[in-house]
Amino acid sequence: MIKRLWKRHPLIFWGGALVSVLVVMALICQWVAPYDPDNQVLADRLLPPSWHHWMGTDQYGRDILSRMLYGSRISLAVGLVAVSIYVLIGTTVGSVAGYYGGWVDGLLMRVTDIFLCIPTFLLILMVIAFVGPSIVNIMVVIGLTSWTDVARLVRGEVLALKEREFIQAARVIGMKDSRIILRHLLPNALGPVLVVATLGIGGAILVESALSYLGLGVQPPTPSWGNMLEEGKEHLTDAWWLITFPGLAIFLTVLGYNLLGEGLRDLLDPRLRGSGRNG
Amino acid sequence: MRKYVIRRLLMMVPLIFGISILTFAILKLSPGDPATLSVALNSKIDPGYITKLRASFGLDQPVYIQYWRWLKGMLTLDFGNSFMDNRPVLTVIGERLPATFLLSGLSELLLFLVAVPLGILAAYYQGRWLDRFTSIFSFVGFAMPTFWLALMLMLIFGVQLGWLPVSGMTNVGTEYLPWYDRLGDVLQHLILPLVVTTYGGLASVSRYARTSMLEVIRQDYIRTARAKGLSEFQVIFRHALPNALIPIITLLGLSLPALIGGSFIIESIFAWPGMGRLGFEAIMSRNYTVVMGIGIISAFLTLMGNFLADIGYALADPRVRYD
Repeated sequence: MIKRLWKRHPLIFWGGALVSVLVVMALICQWVAPYDPDNQVLADRLLPPSWHHWMGTDQYGRDILSRMLYGSRISLAVGLVAVSIYVLIGTTVGSVAGYYGGWVDGLLMRVTDIFLCIPTFLLILMVIAFVGPSIVNIMVVIGLTSWTDVARLVRGEVLALKEREFIQAARVIGMKDSRIILRHLLPNALGPVLVVATLGIGGAILVESALSYLGLGVQPPTPSWGNMLEEGKEHLTDAWWLITFPGLAIFLTVLGYNLLGEGLRDLLDPRLRGSGRNG
Repeated sequence: MRKYVIRRLLMMVPLIFGISILTFAILKLSPGDPATLSVALNSKIDPGYITKLRASFGLDQPVYIQYWRWLKGMLTLDFGNSFMDNRPVLTVIGERLPATFLLSGLSELLLFLVAVPLGILAAYYQGRWLDRFTSIFSFVGFAMPTFWLALMLMLIFGVQLGWLPVSGMTNVGTEYLPWYDRLGDVLQHLILPLVVTTYGGLASVSRYARTSMLEVIRQDYIRTARAKGLSEFQVIFRHALPNALIPIITLLGLSLPALIGGSFIIESIFAWPGMGRLGFEAIMSRNYTVVMGIGIISAFLTLMGNFLADIGYALADPRVRYD
């Protein structure tokens, strides 16, 4: 089966492989990490990669490999939670706007337009700078500011679906609106949402690492790939390994989710094959 | 057409209003204001002074009056004074504009010169090695954190090879050199941020151009052009390309905010004295008026960009109906 997947859907295969590595890392890091990620050994500061420290040590003598392994938890958690929040908001806004139409639609879409006009990263930076940086805040803020694409997507799907016979039939037999939306409309709009959500996880991980890099994300000593880069940039001149490995990890993780998302898009809707992506 | 333009313009008014309320609300709901912040460093300060300071910023007024004042000022392009040095926000922004404009203008130019032909060629040779290369390249581009790319380039070209300066826009002491030396100095500083900024957009623009070209070369009129015996050159450059380039207008419109707003991260990393870095510094120091000014200007530019893109599209493509 895996061989078939590899042959017929190489994007899903490679994306799935990269994402699986991330998930496994996050699950087993506490058993496989060679050192305590927070343990400072000042005698071992800034050691280059070697047999004892595969990825070297940082300016406090902490083992980079161990910190990288623990950092995967942050990326995975932020990606999943932030995207879950905005898929929930976006789906609600989009389906209500699309289903009811009229002034409800007008109002909700204007609000969406307002959010679309303010650059998302500026909005996120503003809110984070004011509420203070923490893992939970990052997840919530990304979730609260990034729902616009999902809302527009779901609205479009619902608009197209609600004219179909099975929805009209459901209405004719007197089914409640909430039930029509939840049981009949949304399941049929699930495919494109799944694609956007998968691509969105990659995006959320990039935002988290950028925030952590700017010092507005996950706060040290908790290791996140972004704040490892932030700490590492101080040693750009004398310790290349500090910035090389965490960045590579972010890149491969985001690449994994993007490949998986594009693969799912091809799988679910062959018509869209090779077309541009939204967001 | 005129009716369409007017309608689009009118639709922007409530949006601008909404944006101003949202921006204002975020800043008002956030804890701490510049008056308390500026005295937090000095605990022995006289409480009467804080009151005076708050009054001088207008922070002692009710929120809706503060908002109304700010909105009135905004309409006359008066965004208030920076909390940092008490100079008008517009002056502060004006100082940073040229640097950003230089960086993002050149980057935009480079982007369209490289990415559009790349996407068009990829579509023309769909499935061949160039297309595959472009596709892999765009996956890499989408997943690459720009700030990491920036750091790696700094590491390689700035530190290891020592070829290029890694921060700022000029070296110290160059102001006494002749103009061509100063220009060379700025250009040297420009290379790395330019590469990173351009790289960030390459993936999406080339992909967009590819999709657009793919749609066009599948059309019947292209087959007709080939069938009546036109040369391949004529088919591509006279018949396909003009239509494939229409959607690029949208991209040009959407790039307007970045052209003026710059990038927070790239400008901060390279210490490029532009709008992005100003915005980041203003956020970090809770310089409300500057943040709100930048927020409103970015949002307005986004609106304008969308508007111009729609109008341009409607002008270029007669199939678009104005309803």
